[in-house]
Amino acid sequence: MRYKSQKVAYWFFALSMLLLTLQITYGFIMGFAHMGFDGLHDFIPFNAARATHNNLLVVWLLSGFMGAAYYIIPEESKHELISVKLAYVQLISLAVVGVTAIIGFHLNWWEGRKFLEIPRELDFLVVINVLLFLGLIIGTLYKGSQKTTTSLVLTMGLFFAAILYLPGMIWFDSQTLDSFFRWYVVHLWVEGVWELIMGGILAYLLIKLTGVDREVIEKWLYVIVGLTFLSGVLGTGHHYYYIGAPKYWLIVGGIFSALEPLAFLAMALFAINMYRKSGRSHPNKSALYWTIGSAVMSFVGAGLLGAAHTLPQVNLYTHGTLVTAMHGHLAFWGAYAMMVLAIISYALPNLTGRKLYDNAASMYAFWLSNIGMVCMTCAFAVAGIAQVYMERKIGLDFMQVQQEIEVHFFGLVLAATLFTIGICLFIYNFVKYGQPTDEALITDTEQGEVMA
Amino acid sequence: MLSKEQARFFFLGGTFVVSVVFLAMTWHSIVKEIPKQTHEENITPEVIAGKRLFDENNCMGCHTILGEGAYYAPELTKVYERKGEGYIKAVLMSPVAWRGAAQRKMVAYEMTEEEANNMVAFFKWVNEMDLNGFPPEPDESLQPD
Ligand code: HEM
Ligand SMILES: [Fe+2]
Repeated sequence: MRYKSQKVAYWFFALSMLLLTLQITYGFIMGFAHMGFDGLHDFIPFNAARATHNNLLVVWLLSGFMGAAYYIIPEESKHELISVKLAYVQLISLAVVGVTAIIGFHLNWWEGRKFLEIPRELDFLVVINVLLFLGLIIGTLYKGSQKTTTSLVLTMGLFFAAILYLPGMIWFDSQTLDSFFRWYVVHLWVEGVWELIMGGILAYLLIKLTGVDREVIEKWLYVIVGLTFLSGVLGTGHHYYYIGAPKYWLIVGGIFSALEPLAFLAMALFAINMYRKSGRSHPNKSALYWTIGSAVMSFVGAGLLGAAHTLPQVNLYTHGTLVTAMHGHLAFWGAYAMMVLAIISYALPNLTGRKLYDNAASMYAFWLSNIGMVCMTCAFAVAGIAQVYMERKIGLDFMQVQQEIEVHFFGLVLAATLFTIGICLFIYNFVKYGQPTDEALITDTEQGEVMA
Repeated sequence: MLSKEQARFFFLGGTFVVSVVFLAMTWHSIVKEIPKQTHEENITPEVIAGKRLFDENNCMGCHTILGEGAYYAPELTKVYERKGEGYIKAVLMSPVAWRGAAQRKMVAYEMTEEEANNMVAFFKWVNEMDLNGFPPEPDESLQPD
């Protein structure tokens, strides 16, 4: 760490870890409900568990992205954050809005719009919070002496993520229009601007961990985010096939979304190549694992498993089945969850001055959580494919099919247990690092990022 | 070899072009096509009231509609056709948690007659949309005779 104000990042990461734990808990509630054990139904019905699970995911990832920005921007722009106090205000208000929303879900205060369940009234507070965040980041960038491509791409991603929240706040009377603009938020986030955030963090980490020339890394960053938008914007059409929108989306959405894996493939190849090129070894192996791992797993989860059901002929059968859940899990995990864990793994030793990155727990955390998540994805895949055949091909009743596939949720919960052990180890390490301290302040040469 | 300036141009230029095309297609869809395909003229105050109830209770948190939502409870796009008005109202007005074949419970919403009628109006409107062939018909050759 080179700037005192970078310490703010630690608390955003801590909030992230807390919400991740809660997210997993609600995931188990749903897994058991799918197996037939819905004992909590009267207190936490499935829809409350689900809204909580999804929104906690979004909030902990956003908290992680914000922490990443507070860590990266001062260093990239060579300037302290313009106000540490306001950054803490922003942190606390983020936590308050998040917790209020979650409590509201349990009291039937929500909107039934998948991923955008937070009521519109609270949305305004979200907007104010994000504006404060952006003000601090852009202000710091503006005052800083250096404007790097990495920091610009990261900031652009965060800025457009905020803008794209707005279409989700419009009221519609038509279910179709509601859905249409809901995807402006959800799709253009995960298959658009969030990839800028991911790309920005990835570029920063690769510069630090591999020591490859910044100009080379940033050139490829432009190519990757260029591919993302070229395919992803019109790729939104893959959500418009069967919701009452015109047929031309089948062609446009089909073609462009089928190209989306290219951006993820480029990301994976880029990360691996930069690592190969480095010829240096950074001592923080666990950050390197999470970084390269994220680039690879996002290609598998988002690229390959997304492409598996993105063609309209396939999607006609898989739309609205557990096949979607299969893809959703590995995509979010690979692209965004792992990238947040990567920046945390990189930043913690620098913030706290402790070097716990090469202990056994950090490696087990990486492998167990990844193997667990891949097994979960397989369980969803088997359940989903069975559901498609029985319900859509043979035409059996929905509930009858659900009973047939209950057993796969047993497999899912087993895999999730493995995954959870991995995450617990990660959080155990996180806690052991202790809190950030000014003693960890260091000059450029000492940080060990370009070690021969 | 590609320079950094060219790479930036590819990113900014490409994004600009696809965004303009996307916005134009959005405009065409919402102004010209979606009103026709979804019979917008049939969106009565009852249908709107039904949609609001659907949102306020987060029905999508268990069910799917237009194939969107959760995979815990039945698809509702064609529920009007499949189950009929009487059945739907019974489920929504029931004072005890409704149970399907899989022993899964639904929340007992205890809706009033009027609310239940609004929900039915909403489902009827959704039922009549042109969804480009969704949900698919089961495969003839796989049917038991
Ligand atoms: C990191 C990037 C991505 C993330 C986080 C992600 C996540 C998700 C999630 C959570 C859903 C479920 C939405 C719902 O349940 O309604 C979804 C749906 C979908 N995704 Fe992705 N996705 C990503 C990238 C991709 C890519 C690159 C493709 C195509 C190649 C793709 C294809 C699809 C399709 C076709 C659906 C719709 C399924 C349906 O409703 O029928 N996704 N995605
Ligand atoms: Fe998408």
